[in-house]
Amino acid sequence: MNWINAVVQGILLGGLYALLASGLSLMFGVMRIVNLAHGALAVLAAYLGLLVVEHLGISPFLALVIVVPLMAGVGYVLQAGIFNRALAVGSLAPLLAAFGLSVVVAQLLQIGFTSDTQSLSTGSLGIASITITSDLAVGVLPLLIFVVGVLVIAAIQLFLNRTPLGRAMRAASDDPATVTLMGMDPKQIYALSTALAMATVGLAGMFLGMRGNIDPNYGQAMLIFAFEAVIIGGLGSLWGTLIGGIVLGVAQAIGSQVNPAYGVLVGHLVFLAILALRPTGLMQKVVTA
Amino acid sequence: MSLLELAGLDVHFGDFQAIYGLDLSLAQGETLAVIGANGAGKSTLLKAIAGQVLPSAGTITFDGADIGRLAAHRRVAQGIALTPEGRRIFPSLTVEENLLVGAHTKRPGPWSLESVYAAFPLVADRRTRLGGHLSGGEQQAAAIGRALMSNPRLLLLDEVSLGLAPVVVEQIYDALPSITATGTTVLLVEQDVNQALRVADRVQCLLEGRTVLTGVPGELRRDQIATAYFGI
Repeated sequence: MNWINAVVQGILLGGLYALLASGLSLMFGVMRIVNLAHGALAVLAAYLGLLVVEHLGISPFLALVIVVPLMAGVGYVLQAGIFNRALAVGSLAPLLAAFGLSVVVAQLLQIGFTSDTQSLSTGSLGIASITITSDLAVGVLPLLIFVVGVLVIAAIQLFLNRTPLGRAMRAASDDPATVTLMGMDPKQIYALSTALAMATVGLAGMFLGMRGNIDPNYGQAMLIFAFEAVIIGGLGSLWGTLIGGIVLGVAQAIGSQVNPAYGVLVGHLVFLAILALRPTGLMQKVVTA
Repeated sequence: MSLLELAGLDVHFGDFQAIYGLDLSLAQGETLAVIGANGAGKSTLLKAIAGQVLPSAGTITFDGADIGRLAAHRRVAQGIALTPEGRRIFPSLTVEENLLVGAHTKRPGPWSLESVYAAFPLVADRRTRLGGHLSGGEQQAAAIGRALMSNPRLLLLDEVSLGLAPVVVEQIYDALPSITATGTTVLLVEQDVNQALRVADRVQCLLEGRTVLTGVPGELRRDQIATAYFGI
């Protein structure tokens, strides 16, 4: 039963990884930008949540209403101010800019909040659980996070497929020069894409802080997990990112079941196996002519 | 009434000059064909009018306003739509989504999904297909439809015949009267001189970035055009 428990916990953890990775997947899908600052920005969101909770005395769930739009704004400014300019310089420039950003954000958080680990206290909800069988119980918070992760990915998919702005983002990812001939400014579309990506990062970061402990350098590990989820699932597919997150979560959980020190390592090994055996990912998007 | 006026236009690509002091005048409702061999500067001319390249000298006046330095995405709202060289259909969007993207500026006018499908039955048949899965002729028809969706006052057509079988090119140009009937002014660029002469009210021939001949199709002789086209 311990193994079943491990798999279930792994799936729920995978929901968080998928939520975290969805923004990374979106930014790469629309703009071909590899946002190396992704993990650091998630941790930033968690610390912003901490500030809001401390100064307004509200619960972390209520703080989401402030932090998520705030992160969207941060994303818009980042794209307009940094990444759009970097894209104009060359294809390597955004990568370097993002790397620099990740260092700056982590260092600023360290200066502002010290290296002590912190977490967002969720009160009774944080320790509540649903008993399924005598051997298996599921935490309410992890379940909530998983459900939100799935809903967010479904929502983004629907947004991309059914709305004019989503269509514009897909067109811009195909051919930004021709998009100007449609009367749209690709820079504006990119800024809105990053705003959307950062909104999901805001959600993911807050949940990270609620589910466990964070410190200013936590972003590095989170970045790797987000990458692994995206690549296991297949570049260009949001549902793939969900599956990738779940595969990673289950791998880590089963690894931890064998030995608590092995959890992350098994995740990496599964990632390497996917790269070796099916490098395009589990759900490669259909390639068009 | 002149809709488009180009005066003394110079266009450079880095150090290379593609257009030298070009003058061009286009009246409302006219169809002008700019012809010339490869490298004559025809596509560059359309890109300059659409705003994808900025001129290094000279003026572009559209409906009385100087648009020479206006960004490309703002010119669509003014009523200029370019069907680019090579079609440039968005491959991962369906045909219908391509058309809807073209309608982004929501300019009022006769062109909508229904009227574009009526004018181009070929496009209507393929509306759920991905752009990347269309044949050349279907892509060309879809690209023109996409430009029409912005209800332009000036439609720029760049080398419609490029890479297409003659019978397909004929079919596409057959749809041109339904476009000009709504009052749209058309500036088309062509290497296929026969098609250009068939549909145009006036013809302007470019050679190495300069105008070498202008006239009305019925009044120009074949040998005149050949001399101008090849620069012999």
